[in-house]
Amino acid sequence: MSTYKTSDFRKGLKIQIDGEPYLMIEMNFVKPGKGNALYKCRLRNLIRNTVLDRTYKGGDTLDSADVEEVEVQYLYRQGDTFVFMDSASYEQYELSAEQVDDSWKYLTESLKCSMMLFNGRPISMTPPNHVEMKIVFCDPGAKGDTSTNVTKPVKVETGAEFQAPIFINMGDTIKIDTRTGAYVERVRS
Amino acid sequence: MTDRAQGFAPTASWENLRARARLLARIRRFFDARGFLEVETPLLSHDTVVDHHLEPLAVRLIHDPSDVGDGPWLWLQTSPEFGMKRLLAAGATAIYQITRAFRGGERGPLHNPEFTMVEWYRTGDDMRSGMRLLDELAQETLCRGSAEQVSYSEAFRRRLGIDPHRCSTADLARSAREHGFDGSASWDPDDRDAWLDWLLATCIEPTLGAERPTIVFDYPASQAALACVRAEPQPVAERFELYVNGVELANGYHELTDASVLRRRTVLANQARLADGRARLPEDSRLLAAMQYGLPPCTGVALGFDRLVMVAVGARRLDDVMAFPIEHA
Repeated sequence: MSTYKTSDFRKGLKIQIDGEPYLMIEMNFVKPGKGNALYKCRLRNLIRNTVLDRTYKGGDTLDSADVEEVEVQYLYRQGDTFVFMDSASYEQYELSAEQVDDSWKYLTESLKCSMMLFNGRPISMTPPNHVEMKIVFCDPGAKGDTSTNVTKPVKVETGAEFQAPIFINMGDTIKIDTRTGAYVERVRS
Repeated sequence: MTDRAQGFAPTASWENLRARARLLARIRRFFDARGFLEVETPLLSHDTVVDHHLEPLAVRLIHDPSDVGDGPWLWLQTSPEFGMKRLLAAGATAIYQITRAFRGGERGPLHNPEFTMVEWYRTGDDMRSGMRLLDELAQETLCRGSAEQVSYSEAFRRRLGIDPHRCSTADLARSAREHGFDGSASWDPDDRDAWLDWLLATCIEPTLGAERPTIVFDYPASQAALACVRAEPQPVAERFELYVNGVELANGYHELTDASVLRRRTVLANQARLADGRARLPEDSRLLAAMQYGLPPCTGVALGFDRLVMVAVGARRLDDVMAFPIEHA
């Protein structure tokens, strides 16, 4: 573990406070003419996703956080535990339902995701920006209506519900943007 | 944009660089019309300001090109104050200078380690006449009307309902906590000036100079720097600052003329620096000698020229008005 001095402070720095990893998402240097230099930082807790504002003075230090990102594949869910496998080392990692949060909606078998490790332990995962999923239930599609403005609820293979255009049918595969949960397009199979 | 990608092009637009040149010319006209003499003093000096919170940069003066590790260290000026006051002690009456100043450890949207400073002095001026002259310059360069004048204490009372000179340090801490203070563990709760700085920077400065320019005056005596202190009724430093749109543009002093007080403040500033793990700076200077000889009563102001341009063109960061900020220098 190394330490960062205030002169190292910048957006994107990964640091550790009270044993938890934080990402510096904003850093503002302020200094009243004849006064103390203040470093106003906004920090995001990488485990709980909460945001913390902290003001540091010139000369303060922060410990670096050993945070790395690895590519993993989703394997399966067992109760409240989601199991992933490191694509390179085949090591298995487990995350709780709470840690996976809303991303469960996109987890199909073998999906390649990005996982964040803190001191070698998994703390969070991010699905790819777009995922393709099969519709397992929806009202029958309206033939000929190609409008994408009118939508209906559809249930996909992960059990999650999304809004999709009314021409979508059971058995179709659709692409969803995981950052917004929005329908992107129907995928021809 | 292609130029930018190649990394040699200026960060400022040509439009802003032209505005910069126009403002430089306007400032020279302003002072020339009032009989000020434009002077130049060295950037590189044997002396430096000893301030708790200013970090001067050192340059080795190499005498022998074959031995670059040998030669005395000189200081890049943090402002032209020392040189200009020596000229005043030697007989100057109204002088101005547009020059570069250097400060280590200062980089942000409103800070660059190298910047342009406009500094002027006029003998016989008290704080009020110094504030009037600054106001005139702001009117002529920014065209936003005359400045509102608010004492430091009034600014605190208006915004926070506390008297910054008389309230206890605990009261300042309480007010800071009420306004979302979020300091690190190293924060010293007994450091009164640190609380004042935090409250000023966080709660007060952003609101100053919104409608029209604001000049804040009568600072806490503990923040006098090189200003003289008026004892009555409450000791305050005869210091003033100009704000526009929440940005601090200029800092002025009714100048300290007493050499023994300067020496005492220098020693105290060095003690504060050492307590903070900063380097001790030389306490002797030719300014001290000039003040022992006799500095005439005067008022002086330093104005951050880059910030003035920034405010004039409506930019939000210095990089938009400087050709090559430090990362591109």
